[in-house]
Formats: sequence, structure tokens, C-alpha cells
Amino acid sequence: MDQQTAKIVARRKREDRLFKLLGIGCTLIALATLAVLLGNLLYTGFSRLDWQFLTSFPSRKAESAGILAASVGTLAVIAVTALTAVPLGIAAGVYMEEYARKGRINTIIEVNIANLAGVPSVIYGLLGLGLFVYYFHLGHSILSAGLTLGLLVLPIVIVATREALRTIPVHIREAAYALGATKWQVVRHHLVRYALGGISTGVIIALSRAIGETAPLIVIGAVTFIRFLPTSPFEAPFPHHAFDWLQSPFAVLPNQMFDWTSRPTEDFHRNAAASGIVLIAVTLTLNAVAIFVRYRARRNIKW
Amino acid sequence: MDSAAPVAVSAMPQGNQGPKANHGSTPREDQIAALVKRRNASNAVAGGIMFAAAASSVAITCGIVAMLTLESLPFFREVNLWDFLTDTMWAPLFAAPRYGILPLIAGTFVTTLVALAIALPIGTIIAVYLSEFAPHTVREVIKPATELLSAVPTIVFGYFALQVVTPALQTFIPDLPTFNMLSAGIVMGIMIIPYVSSLSEDALRAVPMLLREGSYGMGASRMQTAFKVVIPSAISGLAAAYILGISRAIGETMIVAVAAGMQPNLTLDPRQPAETITAYIVQVSLGDVEHGTVAFHSIFAAGATLFVLTLGLNVFGHYLRKRYRKAY
Amino acid sequence: MSVEAQFAQPRPGNTVLTGNTAPLGNTAPHQRPHMTEASKPASPQLPPLKAHAKKLSFFYGTHQALHAIDLPLVDMHVTALIGPSGCGKSTFLRCFNRIHDLYPNTRYDGEIILYPSAANIISRDVDPIEMRMRIGMVFQKPNPFPKSIFENVAYGLRLKGIRNATELKDRVETALKSTAIWEEVKNRLNKSAYDLSGGQQQRLCIARAVAAEPEMLLMDEPCSALDPIASGKIEDLIRELRKKYAVLIVTHNMQQASRASDYTAFMYMGKLVEFGATTDIFTNPKSKETEDYVTGRFG
Repeated sequence: MDQQTAKIVARRKREDRLFKLLGIGCTLIALATLAVLLGNLLYTGFSRLDWQFLTSFPSRKAESAGILAASVGTLAVIAVTALTAVPLGIAAGVYMEEYARKGRINTIIEVNIANLAGVPSVIYGLLGLGLFVYYFHLGHSILSAGLTLGLLVLPIVIVATREALRTIPVHIREAAYALGATKWQVVRHHLVRYALGGISTGVIIALSRAIGETAPLIVIGAVTFIRFLPTSPFEAPFPHHAFDWLQSPFAVLPNQMFDWTSRPTEDFHRNAAASGIVLIAVTLTLNAVAIFVRYRARRNIKW
Repeated sequence: MDSAAPVAVSAMPQGNQGPKANHGSTPREDQIAALVKRRNASNAVAGGIMFAAAASSVAITCGIVAMLTLESLPFFREVNLWDFLTDTMWAPLFAAPRYGILPLIAGTFVTTLVALAIALPIGTIIAVYLSEFAPHTVREVIKPATELLSAVPTIVFGYFALQVVTPALQTFIPDLPTFNMLSAGIVMGIMIIPYVSSLSEDALRAVPMLLREGSYGMGASRMQTAFKVVIPSAISGLAAAYILGISRAIGETMIVAVAAGMQPNLTLDPRQPAETITAYIVQVSLGDVEHGTVAFHSIFAAGATLFVLTLGLNVFGHYLRKRYRKAY
Repeated sequence: MSVEAQFAQPRPGNTVLTGNTAPLGNTAPHQRPHMTEASKPASPQLPPLKAHAKKLSFFYGTHQALHAIDLPLVDMHVTALIGPSGCGKSTFLRCFNRIHDLYPNTRYDGEIILYPSAANIISRDVDPIEMRMRIGMVFQKPNPFPKSIFENVAYGLRLKGIRNATELKDRVETALKSTAIWEEVKNRLNKSAYDLSGGQQQRLCIARAVAAEPEMLLMDEPCSALDPIASGKIEDLIRELRKKYAVLIVTHNMQQASRASDYTAFMYMGKLVEFGATTDIFTNPKSKETEDYVTGRFG
């Protein structure tokens, strides 16, 4: 009897150890894939990553092509995206968390946001194509692209804002209300400030996601062969031409990479890898910054 | 004043000697009332604006539905719905075009299935390991590390599938074509792992400690506790994680567009090249398709099909998640 | 013993209560608004009131948390609310600045008259924001804002529309001095309030409440999260504060109630059981329940 129990216990312990190994193994598969992916990009593309590559327009010849137009395009599109998604997302998040009383309308909004987060990005592309490009006649422009990505990442900003607000304890709200603050003052003077860490984390993640999006911009009509930059808003005479850049056609980094990836020759694949390095460097850096911001926010305010 | 309460009362200064004598510029009642009135107005305006922002998210959904409906209507005027759903050929550029969505659905189905075969087991095992086995510090490091996977742009995964995974697979399967669903599906599965593992872990961790203690108290091992107590209690949360994973896989675009090829192909063999619904939308968008042609409207019809598929899954997943949150 | 029975006689009619702006002269030490004393109508001996809850009921959804409570609050005195947990003390206190309005499905019934303006605090026509500016509150747990010490105290002043920097500075200093924390913080006014100890934080919160010079002060178990030494300092402070304010304080600490308050109300299950001078409540309670509670036999 005793011996048998000991046997069973030993077997259970063995199983536990095995499962632990399995768990570590699976985690390693995920991490190893990431490592191989990064390693391959660096191996293939790093030698291509020079000043000429960063400052040249695309070209028919792989060795003289570069990502200047695509980088500037990405920056311009992301600027529009941030200007759309950040104010709209924070306002919506604050409304959901602080203003909304439980009711049918708010249940609808809540379910709706959860669903929007799950809509495939290519469908946002169709929305942008139908709505911004053709219905509002904004054309295949930076503006259309930025707005589309803005809507795409809106749920991320909303959810991050709500979660950040939720960590602020009730007694802080009550302290402000008890001094006679209106709801808007409580939001403006307190909640948004104390939630800033969490909100910034969400915004950074959202923008990092937008930078990597390819499919919706293909649908909107991103071009991959563009040999000029949008008019600089700083050079154009204000106000009539200061916003001309918004109407400019655009190339963006991920689409440039897609274009090079789908070409048959090896040297274009090296360009693809090099642009992939740039893309991944940007998104991983942004994610690292987000993690750091979240960590600092948690350390600075302990309720 | 001393702490002797009985005396305190009697010794208190009584009467009404205008207690707020030294108030200087303290706003009077009527000034406060005016101040409050002004603030209430800006409060109402701000509330209105924020409500509008929240409501705009509903407008986005309405916009998506409206666009998909309006822009695919012209398509369905040309192609009847029955043919669309049952025809086994998708050949929009033929002289006599055929618009049967089945080949695209088959492509989507096979790549999704391959992805799930990778993501669900691995994601679940990682979740169980992190939630039930790993020490706190390990979890704090590994969780963000796996989530970095989801920070990689999908086009980079597409490149990885085409340039690394397919050649690697070709060493095992010599006649594997350059474009195939297997490679795209595998990479898609790896991409989805963090979604599945993260949501599953949340579900597992939501199971109250008491249940685990009950199991450990009877001498169960970690694995027995995990599989006989924790997982059954978290089943609806796990299901929600899986469903959201499926929905991701169905909607994923760039990996399949790059690595699975862009030829509609009604097959269930993952070694074959094929086109998914999403890849078709990309393919048409890349070409010079005139606004207003049947081909143009066909991407909205394809998009509508995709939207219906994912919406159904998302609503179901959301419902399941609500349910497990309510349970504890 | 019902509240009604207790208040049947003492309630001296509206004449006194609304007319308490008239000087009442010296009130004899033994004449307090105790039910047994005040059988005369319009008793001139009653000290001026700061507020008066009349038939105040309160509901969370369908659950009635307060049952027709009648309680006068004497100006420049401390009134303590005692009673077992869940008896409705805090709920009652929180009616005075309408903090319940923040939560859905709450409902007031009855009146709370604030003197001298005779406004009904819980009336629909009265703006809760305005009431909160006029009535200060201190919470159970110290809850400073994660801002600097200075900004914490200045916040109520800013809300009242005071923008002048020197005035803000002066009044923050006055408030911090009046709560006996000035010496401890004067060199670090720009440091975070979270660097202070719990007791200091609570005194800071009191300074924040009094800086805006409210008409009365509500304190919801202000010492429950503090150690005895910090609690002692707060008690001293409360005794100081009554020179300027009517203070309504919820406490679960009998010693504190007997030391720091002039009047005591004993509540039980959402009802006011007994109200009187603190001495009487603790030495000569009328009701059996009060006696059991103050002597520690239940609760």
C-alpha cells in the first residue's frame, strides 16, 4: 500500500516535470521563431541597410532603390492616424468609464467596441475605400489612409483608456467631487492626468500597430513607386497650401516591403529584408517604450 | 478645549457670532452659484462631445455595414447569390467571368485550420504553464516576450513564410510549390499564439485559488489540478480565446497574400497554392480595377462574406468571455 | 424607543430653527437641545443650528438604508454619529454633500436644511456641486491627490475660482497651519502628497477641506486608518475646528466620540435611536440599545 502510494506520487511528479518541460518547450518555439525571423532579416538585409537605402526613392534597379518616400509616407499617415484616434479614443474611453450609466445604449457601444477590435484590418480598408476615397472624394491620399488607420486602431486606444481609468480608485474621484468639482473638472484635473501612463501605453501600441498595417493601405490604394515627397507643410504658403500634403498620394514602409517581397529576384528580396529590419526596429522599439512607460506609471503612482 | 466631554459642551461658546468673519475674498453664495452654473454648462458640452466620440464607434460599425452592403449590391445585381455561394470557380478576369466564392472559402478554411493546429495547442500549453506551473518572475518575463510576437508587422511574417519557412519545408516535402497554404498557415499559427495564450491565461487565472487549494489539499499534482479542476472551470474563457484566435486567422491577410499564392484553387490539400478571401481583396486592389466595375464591387462582396464570418465568431466569443467573467 | 417619540417634544418648531439668526444670548450650560429639556415651543435656549435633517430617508434602489431620521446639528459644535457597522452612519453623513448623487439608483426623501440660508441640501433644485463647495468632507482613508502638497490644498480654492497666486499661497499656508501640519510640510510644499505618512496625509486632507472655508465639515471615520498617535492629533484638531465649524463625524470608536464630540447620535439599522449631549448619551442613555452599545455589550 505505502509503496504503491509512493509509486503513484513519483509518477505524478514525473508527469508534472514533463509538463513543465513541455511548457518551456512551447514557449521556446514561439521565442525561437521570433529569433530566427530577426536573424534571417538581419542576415539577408543588414548589408543593404546604408545611407543610400534610407535616402533614395524606389527604383527599377534594386541596388539603387531606397525607402525615402515610404518612410516619409509612413510618418505622414501615422500623424493623421494619431490626430484621429487619440482624441477620439480618449474621449470615447472617458465617456464609457465616467459618464455612461448602465443602459441599453451603453451596452450597445460596449459590445460594438469589442467587435470592432475583432474586425479584420482588410475590411477597414474597404470602409476607407468606399467612404473616404470615393464617397468623401478624398482620393487615394495620405488623408484617406491616415483616417482609415485611425478608425482601425481606435478600439485599442478606447480599451487602454478605460483600463487606465479603472485603476484609479473611487476615493480619489470622491475627494475631488466632495470639493465641488464637476464631472468634467474631475476628468480634466485628475482622471486623465493620473491615467496618462496607461493611456500613453495604449496610444503607442496603437500607433505601432498602425505602422505595421499593410492590407488596408493596399485596398485604399497605396502606391509603391513614387519618386517625389508630399509638399512640406512648412514650406508651402499658409494656409492655402499648408495642407496639400494630405492630398498627396503615398507609399508606406510595409507596402514597400510587400512590393519587394513579391518580386522574383533575389536582390529585391534583400531590399525587402532591409525594409523589414527598419519596420521591426520601429515597432519593437515602440513596444519597448510602451512597456517602459507602463512600468514607470505603475511605479510613480501607487494608490 | 480639554478632552473632558461633559465640560466641553457647557463651556462651548454659544450664540451666533458670525463665524466666518475673516473671510476676505471668499466668494459669496451667489458668486458660487454663478460659477457653478457656468461650469455645469461646460460640463454638459464636454459630456456631449465625449458621448459623440463614444457613439462614433457605433457609426464606424454602421459605416462598415453600409459600405459593404451598398458597394456589393451592384455585384449581386450581376451575379446571383446562389451562384456566388455554390459555384466552384472564382475567375473574375475570364471572358465569361465566374464568381463562386467556394474556392476562396476553401483557401481561407485550410490556412485557418493549419494555423489553429499550431496556435491552439501551443497557445494553450503556454497558458497552462504560465498560469499553473511557472514561478511569478518567469511569468513576468515570458508574457511580454511572447507578446512581442504580436508586435511584428504581418508583412514581415509574410516575408518570413515565403523566404524561410517554405524553403525549410521544401527539404521535407521536395515537391512543395513556392506558394502553398501549409507554410502560410504555420506562420499564421505562430503569429496567433500570443493572442490565444494571453487570453487563455487570463481565463485560467480567473479561476479562484480556492478551487486549486481544494484539489491540492486532496493530494493532487499540479497537472491533475490544472487539467481536472482549473481547465474545466475556465472552459468558456478558453473557448472565447480560441474563437478570437480563429477570427484572427480568418481575417489575416498579408501572410497568405505573400506566401499562399493568389490563384483561386478549390482544394483541401494544404500543400497546394490557393487564394483566401482576404488575399483576393488584396489582389484586386493591387491591379488597376476601375471604380464601378463588377470586379471592383466583387471585393466588397468578398469583404461582406468575411465580415459576416468574423462578426459571428466575435459576437460568440464576446458572449463566452462575458460568461466566464460573470462566473467569478 | 422610536425616534418619533424622542423627537416629539424637542422639535421646537420651525420658528426657532429658521429664526436662529437672531442672537440667542448665553445659553445656560445645562440647556442643550435634548429632548427631555426642550418641551417648550420655540425654546430660546437652543443653540443656533447649522443644519437640520428632517425625516431624512435614503434608498439604494429598493433597499431603504435610512428611515426618517430627524437630527439637528448645532453650529460650532461637534456631533458624533455612532452605531454598529452597517447602521447607516456613513450613508447619513454622505447625504450632506450629496456624494450619493454620483451613483445610480439612489434616492433621498425628506429634507436637510442648511442654515443660515435655509436651503434644502437634498432638494432637486439645489445644485449638488454648489453644496459640495459649501460643505467640506474628510474621508475614511486619507485620499490626497497624486499631486504636490500645495496643489492638494489649493485645489478647493481653485475650484472656487481663486486664481491669484499670492492669495492662493496665503490661504494654503493658513489652512496648513490651522490643521497643525504647516511645520512638517512648509519646506516641501512641492513634493508629492504621497511622500507623507498616513496621519500627515489625513491632516493634509483636512487642510484641503478647510482651505476653501466651507460652512460645515463632514468627517467619515477620519481616524480609522491611522495609528493611535496620529488619531490623537486628528482628535485635537477636531476640537480646534469646532471653533469655526459645525462638525459632523462618524466614528466607531466610543472613546473618540466621548472625547471629541459635544453631541452624539446613536444609530441602529438605519434609524436614529437616540440623540443628546454626549455626556448624557454616555452616562445616562435613555434607550436600552444605546446603553448596550456604549457599554460595549453589543456591536
